[in-house]
Amino acid sequence: MPPLEMPLLEYDGLRVELPGTARPILDGVTLSVAAGEAVALVGESGSGKSVTARAALGLLPSGARTGGQVRVDGTDLVGADAARLRAVRTGVASMIFQDPRAGINPVRRVGDFLTESLRLVGGRTRAEAEARALELLTAVGLPDPARHLRQYPHQLSGGMLQRVMIAGALTADPQLLLCDEPTTALDVTTQAEIMAVLGQLQRDRGLGLLLITHDLDLAAATCDRIYVMYAGRIVETGTAADLLAIPRHPYTAGLLGSSPPLEGTPGRLTPIPGAPLSLAEAASGCAFFARCRFAQPGRCDLTPPVLTSPVLTPPVPTLPVPAPAAPTLVACHRADELIEENR
Amino acid sequence: MTPGRLWAVARRLLGMALTLLATSFLVFSSLYLAPGDPASFLVRGRSASPQELAAIRHQYGFDDPFPVRYWHWLDGVLHGDFGRSYLFHQSVGEVLWSRLPATLLLVGVSTLLIAVVGIGVGIVGALRRGTRTGSAVLLLVTVGAAVPSFVAAIVLRSVLGVRLGWFPTIGNGTGVLDRLHHVVLPAIALSVTFMALVTRVTRSAMLDELRREHVEVALSRGLPRRTVIRRHVLRNALGPIVTVCGLLVSGMLVSTAIVETAFGMSGIGSLLVQSVDELDFQVVQAIVLLVVAAFVVVNTLVDLVYPLIDPRVRAAGGAR
Repeated sequence: MPPLEMPLLEYDGLRVELPGTARPILDGVTLSVAAGEAVALVGESGSGKSVTARAALGLLPSGARTGGQVRVDGTDLVGADAARLRAVRTGVASMIFQDPRAGINPVRRVGDFLTESLRLVGGRTRAEAEARALELLTAVGLPDPARHLRQYPHQLSGGMLQRVMIAGALTADPQLLLCDEPTTALDVTTQAEIMAVLGQLQRDRGLGLLLITHDLDLAAATCDRIYVMYAGRIVETGTAADLLAIPRHPYTAGLLGSSPPLEGTPGRLTPIPGAPLSLAEAASGCAFFARCRFAQPGRCDLTPPVLTSPVLTPPVPTLPVPAPAAPTLVACHRADELIEENR
Repeated sequence: MTPGRLWAVARRLLGMALTLLATSFLVFSSLYLAPGDPASFLVRGRSASPQELAAIRHQYGFDDPFPVRYWHWLDGVLHGDFGRSYLFHQSVGEVLWSRLPATLLLVGVSTLLIAVVGIGVGIVGALRRGTRTGSAVLLLVTVGAAVPSFVAAIVLRSVLGVRLGWFPTIGNGTGVLDRLHHVVLPAIALSVTFMALVTRVTRSAMLDELRREHVEVALSRGLPRRTVIRRHVLRNALGPIVTVCGLLVSGMLVSTAIVETAFGMSGIGSLLVQSVDELDFQVVQAIVLLVVAAFVVVNTLVDLVYPLIDPRVRAAGGAR
């Protein structure tokens, strides 16, 4: 259970809009990660989950109009100057990117990648930085780290390189680790290893973790709480166990139904029909309307649903701040009826 | 250096030698096929009987069969003897040697201009993309690439040379400073087009690299933007920049013909024009061979340096 104090990472109604698009990339994203807590943000490609994660480091697309707040350790990053951003990036939060082949400069040595921020920003000598790099490579379970320091990225496998990426994220000694699909670019056995490394680091170091993934089962296995995102909005949030047991939003249910179960005999998979809303499409009501099998014309397509606690009928617009108890919140006009329909 | 790497270097050097040999054959035979009889050039104006012409041909070895003449010439070239200039009544080596420093200075200053201005403006163009400065760079590149060196030479001479009187407009100059002063305008005229090309390549290579995810990763780790630009963007863009600089610089000797003539400089380029006019075959052969050799050597150097710029090439065993 997360502590009552100020969350380590807190999004408060974050809105990100790019010129020339029909809808905002992010629309009122409210999300929090407490110190030492593992939280997942789940959604399809293009749902805005990567943009959300990057916002926690102040890495927003250039030319974007932003609203709301993103506070990391109390510092608001929306509109923050370069010095404040650097302070957060070098001391509080760091990010593990999806594809280490693309994320690590191919023409520089692995050792350069690991030591450059320590030497150039942290003011350590080369020897100190290398000692720290060796220590971190050992911590992420890379055998023979001294040799790898002198190698180039193309000489390492994808899994080894993702360990290097994780070690690189740890050089800043962060309190918050942002993981943007850290295993998507890897093969299945390596995925499990990398997730194990991440889980162990998170527990051992008491890190706050925000895991970005499209895999609801992976999210539930790793994280305490889950946020489900669709078309730039949070559509449902709750504890991992709760969300998996009783998915209240049809989209969450759809995500669960379209992946094979981890236990028991796999039944027939039911894909979600249609495609996610592109940035060129705007929805007047619920963004999931066109793909939802419970959609009611004249009701669901009029106003966007607000994140509320599903047990209250009729829906009362409450401030969607996830309280420490992590209540389930859902943004669906028909959430209450659908629960009664006993899905 | 690993044995594999050593072998790759050896192979490149061997390839360079073979290219030069093939070039020497082409250079020699193309002049053999060119119209005009060197013997009638030698008697110039005076009427000579066919017997006299035949005697001259025999004396200079013009009547030997082609392979024999080629062999004699090649043997001489390998020993540093390029034959005698009919025009200057000196050995070709001496003629070239006296002209070479002026041309090397011209090419050197131009290379510096291309590297410093071309790459510098290219970097500004990439980083200021979408702003007024960025658009100005694009305009400069487009105009610069379209200005032939002889037009640049005329404009520079008339404006900076004659009207403003800042620079001398003719000759090589004497003494170090005076020579440098004389070479400024020719060097600008020679490098305008090349600078524009290097700027364009630098700009687009930088823009390509700016989009890469590893740049975002570096920024996400709190490295200052300047550091990221230097260590990750410019560093990774060096491959195409060095390649195109090598190509341009190696081909620059040819363009000195126009610029040196326009500025009345006495160098290899103007010598080439003069000796072609006067059918001074031995000199033409030597200069063409020199031009090609410069091209091949510089490009081989670039190829040898490339694995240092991009280690992934090394992995491919130097096969590029």
